[in-house]
Amino acid sequence: MAKITLDNLAHSYLPNPQTEDDWALKELNHDWQDGEAYALLGASGCGKSTLLNIISGLLQPSQGRILFDDVDVTAAPTAERNIAQVFQFPVVYDTMTVRDNLAFPLRNRGRDAAFVAERVQEIARMIGMEDMLDRRARGLTADAKQKISLGRGMVRQDVNALLFDEPLTVIDPHMKWELRTQLKSLHHEFGHTMIYVTHDQTEALTFADKVVVMHDGRVVQIGTPQELFERPAHTFVGYFIGSPGMNLFDARIDGRTAQIAGATVDLGAGYEAPSGRVQVGIRPEFIRLATGGNGVPARIRRIEDVGRHRIVRLDVDGTRISAIAAEGESIPENADRIEFDPQGINVYVDDWRIAPHGEGAR
Amino acid sequence: MNKTVNQKAWFLVLPVLVLVAFSAVIPLMTVVNYSVQDTFGNNVFFWAGLDWFKQMLHSDRMWNALGRQLSFSAIILAIEVPLGVFVALNMPKKGFWASFCLVVMSLPLLIPWNVVGTIWQIFGRVDIGLLGYALNKLGISYNYTQDFFAAWATVIVMDVWHWTSLVALLAYAGLQSIPDAYYQAAKIDQASRWKVFRYIELPKMMGVLMIAILLRFMDSFMIYTEPFVVTGGGPGNATTFLSIDLVKMALGQFDLGPAAAFSLMYFLVILLISYVFYTVMVNLDKREGK
Repeated sequence: MAKITLDNLAHSYLPNPQTEDDWALKELNHDWQDGEAYALLGASGCGKSTLLNIISGLLQPSQGRILFDDVDVTAAPTAERNIAQVFQFPVVYDTMTVRDNLAFPLRNRGRDAAFVAERVQEIARMIGMEDMLDRRARGLTADAKQKISLGRGMVRQDVNALLFDEPLTVIDPHMKWELRTQLKSLHHEFGHTMIYVTHDQTEALTFADKVVVMHDGRVVQIGTPQELFERPAHTFVGYFIGSPGMNLFDARIDGRTAQIAGATVDLGAGYEAPSGRVQVGIRPEFIRLATGGNGVPARIRRIEDVGRHRIVRLDVDGTRISAIAAEGESIPENADRIEFDPQGINVYVDDWRIAPHGEGAR
Repeated sequence: MNKTVNQKAWFLVLPVLVLVAFSAVIPLMTVVNYSVQDTFGNNVFFWAGLDWFKQMLHSDRMWNALGRQLSFSAIILAIEVPLGVFVALNMPKKGFWASFCLVVMSLPLLIPWNVVGTIWQIFGRVDIGLLGYALNKLGISYNYTQDFFAAWATVIVMDVWHWTSLVALLAYAGLQSIPDAYYQAAKIDQASRWKVFRYIELPKMMGVLMIAILLRFMDSFMIYTEPFVVTGGGPGNATTFLSIDLVKMALGQFDLGPAAAFSLMYFLVILLISYVFYTVMVNLDKREGK
């Protein structure tokens, strides 16, 4: 297990990157703490697999260094980095038995037979496959195979990190929960540094201590699920996390208030007069519907009942927004205004969040 | 569901029956007919029962030809399969050179059998052939028309030259179907090059390799044109394989009865071996769990 440091790291698939867009992974400085579970979250093509492949050593970064416990491993081949990786599609050695599959990484490293047997038994118990050890891997179900590749990753006690590249893509929905829960408990029990790549926010938020949100080759925010929900650092985070995502209004800011669609809204905190494109972001959970009063004028387009709560789709001055009405909360028939809970308001300038007065630098 | 009964539908099957009858059944039955009769000319036939079969089964000539044939097939399989796999493993995976290699590899497969025979017949000649002349100049005695060993070597090298590509192309297709993740996982597991081959590449190639072996076996077991053009079955009977012997017997000596019995047994042997191969292949595919 190790701390992983990304120092000035960037990567381009082109030999001579010119513009910003040529970089698949834009410059990045970050420490991944030892023993934490991280999720790399982002849409397809945002650079998350590129980053994972750089950490695992399958890809050489164009610039910068990568350190495991302060040892530079940028040029080290995959085998020397002592990491384990679980891939999108289960990789098992078909012709071997489950036991041989699990023992494979240890045998290749020349460990003695007694030790191997003991470790394999232990891992088989962890992944719940003790009774299948002597079966051939060929013909097992996808989730059983994925468990084997997970077990093969964990069989070495000294791995620096466990990397997951969208490991649950081919797994049936009901098995996804089980495997994810199992992963989480394994993490609690053994404390490996885990990095989990996914484009599924539920997977990321339930699995990880810290979620790393990537957008367009850049890490836009690293934070706990709660931080991502309450204080998205970038409009993309607001939009990508949450269902439905955060609402954004073009606004003019003046100290503690903002002008939105002709109405004045209390921001709950004072802001510097910003320059650039100013937007106010608020999650659907923090919007209430009202009739009359001095809220922002809005028109209801439709109401979707999703069971636990209802999603109200509204139109504010041509912008489509959503609000969530909790179960049991009544929606006024003739609602024509919306009111914001100042707790849930964030202000964005050119897509990046700006801190209000009095908020400590985090 | 009620099935409609309409016996006239049999007429739809008729064209196929007629075609198969004329292309396969009737010619085969003609051979069967010859194999149980004897003639002294004038198109007069006598019933001979299974005499020809008995005679052929006790004929050293046929057993020798069969022995030569089996040795030939075994030798070319033992060379072409490993060589083809080796070539496939070393071919570029993508890009211009991958396409280039594929085209070059396919070229020998496109050349007609008798042309291949002619190429090697000339290539190996001691007076004007590049190979024959050069070998003799180097002090190596080589003459496929006189020397048993030289004749075999020529015929085998010719077959390897002609058909290794087929094995290589099939193996290459098998290799191409392996996702990159397998190689990455193997790197992470610190598997040696040999283990990558043994546990990833070979299992994935097994299916196509079985097809390659079956094709090469059947083809080499029926080989006629190439050795006939190069050595004519000689020197002596050294390279007289089953087909060559059969043609000599049927058309050279006009021994229709024995030749017919011979060809039926030949046919059955091929059928039997192909059946065994097929069964093994299907079971390999199905082998799951334990």
